[in-house]
Amino acid sequence: MMNFFSYPLTLVTFFPLLGVLVILFLKAEQKNLARWVALVTSLITFAISLAVLAQFNQRDPELQLVVKLPWIEVADWSIAFHLGVDGLSILLLLLTTFLTPLSILSTWTAVEERVKDFMLFFLLLEVGMVGVFLAQDLFLFYIFWEFTLVPMYFLIGVWGGPRRIYAAIKFFLYTMAGSILMLLAILWLGIQGGTFSTPELIANNTIPANIQFWLFLAFAAAFAIKVPMWPLHSWLPDAHVEAPTAGSVILAGVLLKMGTYGFLRFNLALFPQAAIQLAPWMAALAVIGILYGAAVSLAQQDVKKLVAYSSVSHLGFVILGLFALNPQGIQGGILQMINHGLSTGALFLIVGMIYERRHTRDMDAFGGLWKVMPIYGALTLIVTLSSMGLPGLNGFVGEFTILLGAWEAGQAGGSLGSYWFAGLSAIGVILAAVYMLFMFQKLFLGPADKAENRALKDLNWREIITLAPLVLFIFWIGLYPRPFFSLMAPSVQKLVDTIQMAAMAMH
Amino acid sequence: MSVTDLNATLPLLVLAGWAILLVLVDLFIPTKRKGLTALLAALGLALSMGFSISLFGQEYTAFNGMVAVDGFSVFLSVLFQGSGLLGIALAYDYLKRMGIERGEYYTLLLFSICGMLLMAMAVDLIVVFLALELLSIPLYVLAGFALPRLESEEAALKYFLLGAFSGGFVVYGVALVYGATGSTALAQITQAAASNTANLPLMLVGAALVLIGLGFKVALVPFHMWTPDVYQGAPSAVTAFMSVGAKAAGFAALLRVFMVAFPSLAVDLVPVLWALAALTMILGNVVAIVQTNIKRLLAYSSIAHAGYLFMSVVTLGQSGPMGNAVSSALFYLVAYALASFGAWSVVIALEKTSNTTDETEVEDTQRGLAIQNYAGLGRKQPLLAAAMAVFMLSFTGIPPTLGFVGKFYLFRAVLEAGFVGLALVGVLTSLVSAYYYLRIVVAMYMQEGKPLVFAEPWIKATAASAALATVLLSIFAAPLIRWASQAVLLWN
Repeated sequence: MMNFFSYPLTLVTFFPLLGVLVILFLKAEQKNLARWVALVTSLITFAISLAVLAQFNQRDPELQLVVKLPWIEVADWSIAFHLGVDGLSILLLLLTTFLTPLSILSTWTAVEERVKDFMLFFLLLEVGMVGVFLAQDLFLFYIFWEFTLVPMYFLIGVWGGPRRIYAAIKFFLYTMAGSILMLLAILWLGIQGGTFSTPELIANNTIPANIQFWLFLAFAAAFAIKVPMWPLHSWLPDAHVEAPTAGSVILAGVLLKMGTYGFLRFNLALFPQAAIQLAPWMAALAVIGILYGAAVSLAQQDVKKLVAYSSVSHLGFVILGLFALNPQGIQGGILQMINHGLSTGALFLIVGMIYERRHTRDMDAFGGLWKVMPIYGALTLIVTLSSMGLPGLNGFVGEFTILLGAWEAGQAGGSLGSYWFAGLSAIGVILAAVYMLFMFQKLFLGPADKAENRALKDLNWREIITLAPLVLFIFWIGLYPRPFFSLMAPSVQKLVDTIQMAAMAMH
Repeated sequence: MSVTDLNATLPLLVLAGWAILLVLVDLFIPTKRKGLTALLAALGLALSMGFSISLFGQEYTAFNGMVAVDGFSVFLSVLFQGSGLLGIALAYDYLKRMGIERGEYYTLLLFSICGMLLMAMAVDLIVVFLALELLSIPLYVLAGFALPRLESEEAALKYFLLGAFSGGFVVYGVALVYGATGSTALAQITQAAASNTANLPLMLVGAALVLIGLGFKVALVPFHMWTPDVYQGAPSAVTAFMSVGAKAAGFAALLRVFMVAFPSLAVDLVPVLWALAALTMILGNVVAIVQTNIKRLLAYSSIAHAGYLFMSVVTLGQSGPMGNAVSSALFYLVAYALASFGAWSVVIALEKTSNTTDETEVEDTQRGLAIQNYAGLGRKQPLLAAAMAVFMLSFTGIPPTLGFVGKFYLFRAVLEAGFVGLALVGVLTSLVSAYYYLRIVVAMYMQEGKPLVFAEPWIKATAASAALATVLLSIFAAPLIRWASQAVLLWN
């Protein structure tokens, strides 16, 4: 048992369970203790993930710190407990362990009901999310993947807004609809390949192109719903609007990334030929998502809904980058996953802070907040600018790299084969500026003419501490993104090589 | 009777003898102390289970090829004995609360399990029929155990009439198969078919009749009509046992008879089997959505699970996948049994007595049987509610529960046999099932209410242990998978 937890990756995955165990033995009245246990647990988990980063060799494209233990090795089953981290997942691991303590901090006064259960589910959710990014065996991956549904379902359904039950069930059924198709594809791969180990399946890839096509679609069903890609996004606004703030942060910050990560780790690597064939189609859906998400965001009155739809638009960029199938596009895609986690996570925190004070999210109810809450206004401005991609902040770096990749892929012989993808998605950047600034203007500028708003208190220390780390990274990535790119570059190059080999085989 | 015969049937003989003795002993146990009868019955089951386990790893036939000892029979025997133990644990407090505590309950339960044990071993159609009757007749009586309540009487009569009717189908089918092949022994039926001495059309009709008869027992659509009424009317403790034991015994017969005796009919049978499996999954899950009574909901859920299990029979005739399919069905039965007993134990914990004999006049809500009765259970009884949530997730097939591993195993076997369409129906209906299973979770955790709960120690213990096993066995699944994969059929 001790041996099992002596691996850094098993430790970072399962450490939150220790917090769960402790919280289980608390009384329902010990709310503060439950909060502290959860916060400390998630902070230690973050520290462990930093230790993982310290041991991570960024020049090595392969999986590192690998844990591979026999798990179900009977009859003709060959399932291993197989964890590993590489350039594709290291940043997402850090994002998860980074956002979890911040989210817990944001619930300090927002969640007063059944605090113990809330923290329990939150830590369980962290186990699932970290597991998804580290699992290298499809069976294990599916377990973590599907398991994340359960705590999130409870977080939305128990602590959510007025339509929480509807939103929770919709979230669950939508996501499950995709993942069961993936389950069939996983089973097929396991039966044909005799193993569920992703690296082995990638290495001995002999799946014929026509079957790759169907398997690609089955996996894509799960991931596209999770991302969500247009037209499978309709669960997202409901889930976001009803979820409690911390739930929204994690949902936007990490859970959606599970979808884009899935495309990256499985669809591109396992079915490269299908990925090449379908790249223009996926990119087309991505571009529609970018424009559609932006257009719908423009029309929102509810700030939280606006942020939710902006996610559809931003994640369209990520998908576009991934299916450019070249190093820039994929690197930009990965970085944009992180950026979106930081910016949109911060935006949901910001929305949550004002909602906690005013119990409304209607933009018309505000105005002139800048004068009343200057710190809040300044932080919001930074995050807003980051989200719309202002140069010097993180969003710009990600989107620019993606557009470069998409442009390059648009050349004759590139994976997309047309400049239209890059061109049209650039309109999304402009639209983002419009709806983001529009929101900022409605909330913060103009006269503070509503009596309820004049007495609002500015952010307290806890809230500033919650937002400050996010803002720090927004600047860091915006001004000096190199360390982030160099973490992922070798693994991305390896992935691109795999895809190009497949492309050669096709011709 | 040789020593081999004795060894092979020892678990059955011990249990039957014990049950007969218990009938007599029970006469001297005072009415107030029927707990003693329950204890003795459990003891007998444990003893019988010990003998079954001692047969582990052996393979032979006894009684001139009438019964067989193999991995399959041992696995199922232990499952039946385990179900019996859980059935007793559930019944003890429930019977007291409902005012229907009588010692016969436990002896009848033991007799029914005798029939199930025989079914697990049967390799001759005559023995299959005998076992079927032996396990069913005590269940007919148990279904009507809540005398003089009309609902229970109605359930018993319905179950008896349809059960007897389906028994008739089985006998007639057996007769036709005998006519076609000149034997009732499964091994000789296969040989006759292989050596072209059998009248295949006649054999096909016989097999179809046997299928219908056993289809009634396991509640396949369109032979499922009795299930909701009987499950609803019978005392909940009986339903719990019936939903696991009788179904598992039916599948024991289906798997053994079809996989061993009728692979030669695969070409004609498989499309029919395919359709039955798909229909059962679809109808069971879709109709469950509109149920408001928890007992009826679980009844339709049990129909749906019969459909999943029946997918294993569709692999008929493909020698490789067939073995995996049988193992996966056995594994799935364990997952289903744990979740089922667990869910019924929670139902029992919330069920109230009503003072009338005609319960059709009493609202479900007043008896604690409506789904809205579960509102607020998460706060009132966190342990019970968490257990119920685990069972619902297991039924749906969400990890980390045994139900997920079971579905994984089952769908894998189905895909291995090449039935992608059927697997697709299976996963899509699982999605439908998520909706109604989640409704119960929604009620427990997301709606306010003050449920009245009678969680007696044994009922709580059953729920807790089933939930724990459902989660832990899914994480440490290797031993159970190994055991199931070794439980191949003799003559296979």
